[in-house]
Amino acid sequence: MEFFITLIQVLDSTIRLATPLLLACLAGLYSERAGIFDIGLEGKMLMAAFFSAAIAAVTGSVWLGLLAGIASSLVLSGLHGLASITFRGNQLISGVAINFLAAGMTVLVAQSWFQQGGRTPSLFDGGRFSPIEFPFADALSGVPIIGPIYSELLSGHSILVYVAFLMVPATWWVLFRTRFGLRLRAVGENPAAVDTAGVSVVGLRYAAVAICGVLCGIAGAYLATALQAGFVKDMTAGRGFIALAALIFAKWRPWHAMWACLLFGLLQAIALRFQNIDLGGIVIPVQVMDALPYILTVVILAGFVGKAVPPRAGGEPYVKER
Amino acid sequence: MDKMPKWADVVLIPLISLILAAILSALVILAIGENPVEAVNLMVTGALGSTYGWGYTLYYATNFMFTGLAVAVAFHARLFNIGGEGQAMLGGLGVAMVCLYIPWPHWSIALLAACAGSMLFGAAWAAIPAYLQAKRGSHIVITTIMFNFIAAAFLNYMLVNVMRPQGSMDPATARFPEAVHLPTFQSMFSTAENVVFRGAPANISFFVAILACVVVWALIWRTRLGYEIRAYGHSETGAVYAGISPVRITIIAMLISGALAGMMAINNVMGEAERLVLNSTEGAGFIGIAVALMGRSHPFGVFLAAILFGFLYQGGAELALWTSIPRELIVVIQALVILFTGALDNMVRMPLEKLFLSLRKGAE
Repeated sequence: MEFFITLIQVLDSTIRLATPLLLACLAGLYSERAGIFDIGLEGKMLMAAFFSAAIAAVTGSVWLGLLAGIASSLVLSGLHGLASITFRGNQLISGVAINFLAAGMTVLVAQSWFQQGGRTPSLFDGGRFSPIEFPFADALSGVPIIGPIYSELLSGHSILVYVAFLMVPATWWVLFRTRFGLRLRAVGENPAAVDTAGVSVVGLRYAAVAICGVLCGIAGAYLATALQAGFVKDMTAGRGFIALAALIFAKWRPWHAMWACLLFGLLQAIALRFQNIDLGGIVIPVQVMDALPYILTVVILAGFVGKAVPPRAGGEPYVKER
Repeated sequence: MDKMPKWADVVLIPLISLILAAILSALVILAIGENPVEAVNLMVTGALGSTYGWGYTLYYATNFMFTGLAVAVAFHARLFNIGGEGQAMLGGLGVAMVCLYIPWPHWSIALLAACAGSMLFGAAWAAIPAYLQAKRGSHIVITTIMFNFIAAAFLNYMLVNVMRPQGSMDPATARFPEAVHLPTFQSMFSTAENVVFRGAPANISFFVAILACVVVWALIWRTRLGYEIRAYGHSETGAVYAGISPVRITIIAMLISGALAGMMAINNVMGEAERLVLNSTEGAGFIGIAVALMGRSHPFGVFLAAILFGFLYQGGAELALWTSIPRELIVVIQALVILFTGALDNMVRMPLEKLFLSLRKGAE
């Protein structure tokens, strides 16, 4: 029974930790499926984390914070679009620049606004997303097995967690069941064909980058106003890159992305709870858990366990022939 | 026919990009309620107004020369090595092993061995992404990013569990023995009555970095291998047609790149800290990207850009000391430089090309 309670707790924290990964991963999915590589997920999340926490702290409204986070992330998305779509620059270099821009600007503005060493004040009641209790969660908690699963694991997360997991079927539907999704995927594989069909390549790519911005914005807001209570310097801590890793792990497919993010979230949850794991003689150091998402991604990329093939036109600016 | 003269490509475009980055940085400083002119004054006096300031500026510049050259060599083969940070961390591990576990009679021999150790470890860390890119087509940018994180975890493990001296809480190695301490600028240039560079970390590795610039220049423009690297970077199909093996060039270019990034450790680990600490690289691997972009991947350009970033780093530290502008201002400037010289290159280039074309038409 004690093992079961521990398991529920670890899985509960898995869901919490997987949520920002999942949102960022789906964000990258839209962008990369449209042929725009985005290694700036980290920067966009960080920017959104700061502005959501800052606005929530100033206004006391978490919803205004969320909007501010999304808006700030969209600005960076626009910059990425400008560099990589309009001016046909190198998408990877643009992503690197965005990550640094966010890392620097957040601390600079935080120091200027709040003078607390690059952090925002801690958020209280109205400034945070509070957990949503499912109906009868309390009443059912006594029921063996099902009770804890329902009231601990599924109930009691903030609304953004449910939004993130609902985004998975939504993304699948948009990408694979709508005309927009078909065109979006086509523009990442063969933009010339889309152009020939009379559809704007630039418009589609900007749309994809904008969706990416919105999702990164929600991910950042979740970090600062739901998972934690306020912004601290570099609080994304490489999550944008883990999301990128999950995206490759999932081979750019929405449902697989969810499982990949849950797996990487589980690794984080285990590392957080157990530190060094003793398997009777062999001790797995905590650093192995930290590095595992990246190692798994390299193995997948190497093609030893099923090859990960990115969208064919990914990373290449589209030049109309003339 | 080229669209514009060579000097415009080599000097004018980086200059305009730099000015744009500077204007935006000034606006940022204004926006947070500080005076940009005063800030520049403080930075110049702090970084260049004394031998102490110069000692720090050149110390940072040494780091950035190595990482900048690393990125530049890879750029010539059209490979984007973001892994300089991880390779420099591993280089630090190499230096620490050389300095800690082998008794050296004199620093000069130790420096040679440390160079070899850091190059070996840095190159080894670049070898796996290079192999995967060359043989399996895994995107080098993603694999090198992943290897940065793996390097950080690995170094953390080594420092906490293996190399930390007994009884120490600090995740760091023991101090290196006295015999392997490198001569600093202070000991090299001070006379009995006039002490210069007092307490500054600049050391003899600065000259090793300059030597590395010269060697890389000779390698890229004066050897067959350099020609092959440039040919491959220019056109892969053309290079294959000329009998150049893409696998060989990819791996060799990345090994050289990793070795150069690793060599940074002789400056920051052996020259300054004199032990290996966590996060000893302090992001210098990433600044290499900005330095290589600004220096147009030419060793002399890298040299100049590295000194500029050394100035920004030391100036930024002084700013943080005397005003309420945090050090992160430098990260913003760095981002703007990468943005304008790298990603938004065409924004500057397209109007300039038009301008030169119309000038030429006017002349004809």
